[in-house]
Amino acid sequence: MTVMDLAKVSLREANQRLHGIAQGSNDLDWRLTNPQGAHAIAAGLDAPLSLTVDGHVGFYCGGMNKQAEITINGHAGPGVGENMMSGVIRVTGNASQSAGASGRGGLLIIGGDASSRCGISMKGIDIVVGGSVGHMSAFMAQRGHLVVCGDAGANLGDSIYEAILFVRGKVESLGADCIEKEMRPEHTAALAGLLEKAGIDADPADFRRYGSARRLYNFNVDHADSY
Amino acid sequence: MASSNAEFSRKMCGIVGLFTKNPAFEDRLGDYLSSMLIEMSDRGPDSAGVAVYRNPTKNDGVKLSLFSADDSYPWKTLARELGKELGDKIGIEVRASHAILVVHEDFPVIQAWLRFNHPDLKVMSAGNTIEIFKEKGLPKDVVERFKLRDLKGTHALGHTRMATESAVTTAHSHPFSTGLDLCLVHNGSLSNHNRLRQVLTREGIEFQTDNDTEVAAGYLTWRLREGASLDEALEAAIKDLDGFYTFAVGTRDGFAVLRDPIACKHAVLAETDDWVAMATEYRAIAKLPGADKATIWEPAPAQVYSWGRA
Repeated sequence: MTVMDLAKVSLREANQRLHGIAQGSNDLDWRLTNPQGAHAIAAGLDAPLSLTVDGHVGFYCGGMNKQAEITINGHAGPGVGENMMSGVIRVTGNASQSAGASGRGGLLIIGGDASSRCGISMKGIDIVVGGSVGHMSAFMAQRGHLVVCGDAGANLGDSIYEAILFVRGKVESLGADCIEKEMRPEHTAALAGLLEKAGIDADPADFRRYGSARRLYNFNVDHADSY
Repeated sequence: MASSNAEFSRKMCGIVGLFTKNPAFEDRLGDYLSSMLIEMSDRGPDSAGVAVYRNPTKNDGVKLSLFSADDSYPWKTLARELGKELGDKIGIEVRASHAILVVHEDFPVIQAWLRFNHPDLKVMSAGNTIEIFKEKGLPKDVVERFKLRDLKGTHALGHTRMATESAVTTAHSHPFSTGLDLCLVHNGSLSNHNRLRQVLTREGIEFQTDNDTEVAAGYLTWRLREGASLDEALEAAIKDLDGFYTFAVGTRDGFAVLRDPIACKHAVLAETDDWVAMATEYRAIAKLPGADKATIWEPAPAQVYSWGRA
């Protein structure tokens, strides 16, 4: 394992070393210490490496991630895993707003609570939150899954497209065009798979599913005269 | 328009706050807060300011933080003159462009005397424990100038300002205080401050600038004056203030944080057995001892978080 101490190595140098890992390299086990809340730690990784960050991170940690499996032992600031493409990001603590924003793929796991706008405009990412999420989560969510083991704040799934939302606890309110939907066997199976991958021991039967009523985003030809 | 410029003046900015729970941390309050403030330099390199709650006055003394644009202002002469007027010995401590005076007289009397005799001086704060120091310049220079690291106290707030449109002046810097021992720092912008300023002016609240944050501070002063608790005043603010804000508020023995219902202005809270801290970004809090083990979370929208001393 290679350890980089951010009290001694600059963030730019650390990120460049991670970016420089060549395809086929065996040097795939990395650890960062003393992150001190710095921004954009391990953003833009593109190698199947395993990275542990020991401590709290600032904004956009692991943004745009491809392939890498990142564990953050602490709190993550706004936009953790923002626009991630693949790989796994796991936060052991809480996350600030906009976790997984516009993520296209991969799995983001928040052990504690995620704040407002979790999964905003998500486009294929799977997000599993061990605690609760704040208001406006999954706003304009297009694809992927958001699993919330706790409660969801106001306006969940406002203006949602085809993302699938599972919430175990209370939903303060649903946003425009977001409705509760039937939990069919394929949903239970998908949810069970996500919980297992996230390492969370919860019964899929305790969750409810929410998604789009599809009344908002479809062009309705019968209304053509109104435009 | 100056007022619309003022709205543009806090799109960025950094705010920090520290409230000690363990008295052992009081000795290094200024040192810790200074480090937090400097860490927020990127968010506000134009001006910086702090409010520190320390050295409560005895026998109903009123402590004033005064500012003069003249660096070599004869503060001792002022203290002698005021002492003669009141038949009292005036305590004075000078820190760069500011001086802290302790007087034994009601604040409105002192205020009237100062206005009449020394209209060039600005009262930055008044109260039993509050002291405000704010100035143009990089946070590290402001810290150095006022020797903020030496300050001991129970709690403190700080602000780093990035003005994008309006003038960078000492008076436009934060924190703002419009009531005894009350101060406010703000990241965001208010949209109904002109109307609210008119309403509050009719209620007898006075304002020194066209700044929207000063209106928010004045609003809280008014609510508290009408008998509300700090929590009640902040709850009412959620209804009456329109705009984007993360506020940190200091009172004589308390500290509170409030975000608007949309909550897009950044804020993070951290708490240990020894202290509670808030900042625009966690990296400011990372400087504090024990931060790595702190409970950290983003404050929820439209929810009042407050801590106080019993």
